[in-house]
Amino acid sequence: MELRDTEEEAEFRARLRAWIAEHLPKELVGLGTRTSHVELLRQWSRELSDAGYVGLSWPREYGGGGGRHALEGVVLEELARADAPQHLGTIGLGMAGPTIMAHGTPDQKAAHLRPILQAEEIWCQGFSEPGAGSDLASVRTRAERRGDLFVVNGQKVWSSYAHLADWCILVTLSDPAAPRYRGLTYLLVDMHSPGVEVRPLRQMTGDADFNEIFFTDVEVPVTNVVGEIGGGWQVAMTTLLHERATLGFALTGFLDSGIRRLLALARTHPDAAQPWLAQIANEWIQLQALKLTAHRSLGQLDRTGMPGPEGSVIKLAWSESSQRTTKLARQLLGQEAVLDDGFWNYQQLRSRANTIEAGTSEILRNIVAERVLQLPRSR
Amino acid sequence: MDFRFSDEQAQLREQARAFLERRLPAPALGQVLDSEAGWDPATWKEIADLGWLGVSIPEEQGGAGLGYLEEAILIEEFGRRLYSGPYLATVGLARPAIPEAALPDLARGAVRWSVCDGSGLAPNLHQVDMVVVVVEDRVSLAPARGEVLTSIDASRPMGRVDPTAGGEVIATGERAMQLRRKLRLRRLSALALEAVGLAQQVLEWGVEHARTREQFERKIGSYQAVAHPLVNSFVEIELARSLAYWAAWLLAEDQLDEVASPAAYALAADAAVNTCERVIQVHGGMGFTWESPLHRYYKRALWIQHFGGAPDLHRREVASQLMLSSEPGSAPLGSTSGGAQGGSQP
Repeated sequence: MELRDTEEEAEFRARLRAWIAEHLPKELVGLGTRTSHVELLRQWSRELSDAGYVGLSWPREYGGGGGRHALEGVVLEELARADAPQHLGTIGLGMAGPTIMAHGTPDQKAAHLRPILQAEEIWCQGFSEPGAGSDLASVRTRAERRGDLFVVNGQKVWSSYAHLADWCILVTLSDPAAPRYRGLTYLLVDMHSPGVEVRPLRQMTGDADFNEIFFTDVEVPVTNVVGEIGGGWQVAMTTLLHERATLGFALTGFLDSGIRRLLALARTHPDAAQPWLAQIANEWIQLQALKLTAHRSLGQLDRTGMPGPEGSVIKLAWSESSQRTTKLARQLLGQEAVLDDGFWNYQQLRSRANTIEAGTSEILRNIVAERVLQLPRSR
Repeated sequence: MDFRFSDEQAQLREQARAFLERRLPAPALGQVLDSEAGWDPATWKEIADLGWLGVSIPEEQGGAGLGYLEEAILIEEFGRRLYSGPYLATVGLARPAIPEAALPDLARGAVRWSVCDGSGLAPNLHQVDMVVVVVEDRVSLAPARGEVLTSIDASRPMGRVDPTAGGEVIATGERAMQLRRKLRLRRLSALALEAVGLAQQVLEWGVEHARTREQFERKIGSYQAVAHPLVNSFVEIELARSLAYWAAWLLAEDQLDEVASPAAYALAADAAVNTCERVIQVHGGMGFTWESPLHRYYKRALWIQHFGGAPDLHRREVASQLMLSSEPGSAPLGSTSGGAQGGSQP
């Protein structure tokens, strides 16, 4: 056990911190998951890639760093420390890329992995539908085989980055007659294809970071199937496991930034903070526990290449801590909390999605119950 | 940064678990605890022979020459089996104050120790030979004499010594304050480890019951109202475990971090009590019986939660440390976790 940075990590961290200080545009500080300032975000993402701070654990043959996941953790921690926004290609890097590596054809790997790393391709995720939220297996977006093509018709929702995306990982129903879980096919869809329409979905914050995607007779070559035709469920599960793998570091990064603000607020409002000191400290303690647990989980990822169940644990605890943190801050603000301060008001609303996005807390508890605790299935 | 225990450490954990399973099997736990002595003194010699009393004592003084991280593993495992001898008192609590000359006797199991502050409350008093007495800026060593009290936890008997009775003074002034600080952080860390160990055992029993017990022709673990509280415990225990290992690692590195141990203690003590309460509920009426081991674990969890001080008071203290810190939110962990360490030591 060694809970300090190794020499390599310390050196890497110092270099990265200096690099961020020099390159991060002021306009992007504190942006969170918002996607305003698109051009700046694109440029920032490219610079991160060019400087070699992206895909550090990806194999060298795909243009990655071939290193341990620990360095990726360091990158996410340092970006959070600087209040820097996420890489625009986060879905490509965290979900599409690892899925293509695990199940893709050589052609798919050659076509997409490098552009994902170099922030040339922005990806979005087409999983949820109006009638298929937590219940992914009931997707109705149809993919009909016509010769060398699949013709896609349907609607997806809650798709971050879709309005900027070049490509989409899409779960479709290719065989409605097949038993549940066996009729799904996983496709890579060019978002610039005719028949793809993206409509922004305005959230309770007033922002529109999510989108609906409508597919009308969209033609997708059969060569864009990932895994087997009808084997889309297994491929989608790989995607979701990876979604929660290094997500822990990104999440604790956001929380870190919130807790720093909470502590700053407590310092400027010491009287208001008095009754809440235990709760304030508790969120800080939760954050440290989450960070340490994210590091503890890397052991398994580095050993087996597959993320362990800690991702679900971190996501669960993080989302609730994030919501409590916001409420605490608003307590400290007192009556002033009725005024939009540009952060906590936004955060109060935005954090309601935390227990819904990337797996609702109810679904995550089912996952931990069944896969970790080995309890009988609830359905 | 590497959170893994070494192969030797993992082996030590397996040995400890196997020994305790064999010597104190769960079904016999009640028999030992309800006996007059409340523990099996023969185990002490066996533990000494296994080298577990002298883990951190240098080899030339009869120990194994290892450190607190190995002791931490044992404290957690002894907590898991609700060991009722003075292992936590001797190795977890008193160890940093025990003078070098007394270490060989400790290692071979000849002298057992406890510790008390100005309140005089000493765990396992009637099982031990010596007590470290910490009063204000004076640390002294006294023979274990005093009143035997009734503890809420029969597996952790209590006594009260007269802290003013005097004894051999081993530290005063600044040195005593430093030692006192060390004893406090060590106490909180050890209690956190013990809490994690017992909570894990209780969770496993809860899961086992939910997996096998049937009602309405279904395993009760298939009901989310039963499964989800168990998941909440799993989450709390995993988070507390990360903090407990972090705090232990810091102490093993001789870093007296003012927030890690209280943070670990606060989360672990609450996780242990919560887990016991949830698992008692999952067991229904059976969980309320004397026959079930759950009440014994619950009482230990409650003992921990009170003996270590109210978790929320520790949280308040962590808060005041954070308010003073110049780089809030990352400095205390940053100096130690790797989280932002590169910054403080570029």
